[in-house]
Amino acid sequence: MGKIREMTAKVTVEDVVRVAELANLELTPDETGRMLHDLNAILDYVAELNQLDTAGVAPLAQVSELQSAAGVSTLRGDVALASLDRADIMRQAPETDQAFFKVPKVIER
Amino acid sequence: MPSEAKDAENFVEKPRTFAELRDAIQAGGTRATDLAAAYYERIEKKNPRLNVYLSLTKERALAQAAQVDALAAKGDPLPALAGIPVGVKDVLVMRGAPATAGSKILEGYRPPYDATAVARLEAAGAVLLGKINCDEFAMGSSNENSAYGPVRNPVDTERVPGGSSGGSAAAVAANMAVATLGTDTGGSIRQPASFCGVVGVLPTYGRVSRYGLIAFASSLDRVGPFAANVRDAATLLGVIAGHDPQDATTSPAPVEDYAAESDKPVEGLRIGVPTEYFGEGLDPEVRSAIESGVAALKAAGCSVKPVSLPHTNYAIPTYYLVATAEASANLARFDGVRYGYRSPASASLSDMYRHSRDEGFGAEVKRRILLGTYALSAGYYDAYYLKAQQVRRLLAEEFLRAFAEVDAIVTPTSPVPAFKLGEKTGDPLAMYLADIYTVTASLAGICGVTVPCGATKAGLPVGMQVLAAHLCEGTAFRVARAVEAAQI
Repeated sequence: MGKIREMTAKVTVEDVVRVAELANLELTPDETGRMLHDLNAILDYVAELNQLDTAGVAPLAQVSELQSAAGVSTLRGDVALASLDRADIMRQAPETDQAFFKVPKVIER
Repeated sequence: MPSEAKDAENFVEKPRTFAELRDAIQAGGTRATDLAAAYYERIEKKNPRLNVYLSLTKERALAQAAQVDALAAKGDPLPALAGIPVGVKDVLVMRGAPATAGSKILEGYRPPYDATAVARLEAAGAVLLGKINCDEFAMGSSNENSAYGPVRNPVDTERVPGGSSGGSAAAVAANMAVATLGTDTGGSIRQPASFCGVVGVLPTYGRVSRYGLIAFASSLDRVGPFAANVRDAATLLGVIAGHDPQDATTSPAPVEDYAAESDKPVEGLRIGVPTEYFGEGLDPEVRSAIESGVAALKAAGCSVKPVSLPHTNYAIPTYYLVATAEASANLARFDGVRYGYRSPASASLSDMYRHSRDEGFGAEVKRRILLGTYALSAGYYDAYYLKAQQVRRLLAEEFLRAFAEVDAIVTPTSPVPAFKLGEKTGDPLAMYLADIYTVTASLAGICGVTVPCGATKAGLPVGMQVLAAHLCEGTAFRVARAVEAAQI
């Protein structure tokens, strides 16, 4: 874990490349430059949140937590139910052997 | 031409309400099949210019219409939406029909199941015409991010229809459907409804099932209706709302008769007007239209008072951190393995992932995935994502405080009327600011209705946003009906 940073960090080309790698995106050099500019502009703007003192405020991940809100979670019973048909699912995949999805080689041997 | 078919054509020329159409079909004067055919004819004429529909589901629509006609011929009572032609935003799946989410990465995908909202519409007799254009993965405020080209605003075709459900709003405005389904994550139903001069509904978070919705930001995404008038929008919401075992975030609370609620007078209702929504950046013509709307509510017997929502200015930064963080996780599933596009000729699995995503996603989607991934990455999580979630609570709580004092809050839906195509595409931040009045309700999970409220001198529609507390859709519809009735 790196140390916790402030919301004032300037994004560098290396950051964009690193984040793109984490997100499994491959950017062209042109795209990297554009994204660098856009991310810095957006992050400069969101840094306005630093003006607010949020010490002691519990994070709100989703509104079902609010008492008045609708989403009282209603989990169904742990019972096996029919799912979608395997053949129907497999038909949508780029490459299968009917039972499994096929992908390029993962490990060289 | 048989007289029923001529009737159907007349109905297409001048939009009718659900009740008018259903009664005509019930009485036998109009056939649902002729009505559907007339809508398809109109779509064929208008779509080349407006680019509203991405695909049509004719076979299914005509089979459904024939069933409605058979019911009517027997004299059986017809369900609420019998024969009503409805279009579906292409982020909701329909069995066997293309589902693109406006993205190339889902090219060729034909999902094997129906979204719950789609299934409920059909069970209520609706005739589903086809799938409607939108911003890629519902990310955008102008519909210019669709991989299949922008939708044009039927009111002025040099202008955007708004986004991301721009096609759903334009379809109703151009009468290429009597009603449509859209989705709203940060304003994607309300803002386009306002730009196109139609009614759009943001239901309470958890009110409508998202089963079968291609996810963007799961703590914010909602499914809701567009219609030409408030009562029909209320009727449609009543059909799609309610608990769904397939979506654990749906509320078990009973569904009100929203159409009946919308019929109730507004006399005595307490209306709040938040000062923060009338500051810098608000177009003077929009302001004056909304002020006329507020005056009409006063004249109808509402009490009007100012309310304060002091964190409003922090809503956009909060929204763009929360939404992009969730999007970066949700969109990880598009990897070329199970559905949609796979980049040809990749030597390894990781190359295949990267090439498929790079070739499949558009620029705005990549931008948001990168921003979200950055905000969630080690060392930045507390500074960005956690901070945004804390501010989200402050924003939600200030709405709850306001709703202790008023029944509804009214605001402009958008600070400006529909802007020109290309006007904001070079500046993502300027585009994000278009959502300034809508993201607050998204973050707080409350409900709202956007209703036409006058126009600018140039004839561009202005929309009033009527917000109500969680599960108080009935109140929002009542207030919206009163604004609609005032014909501002």
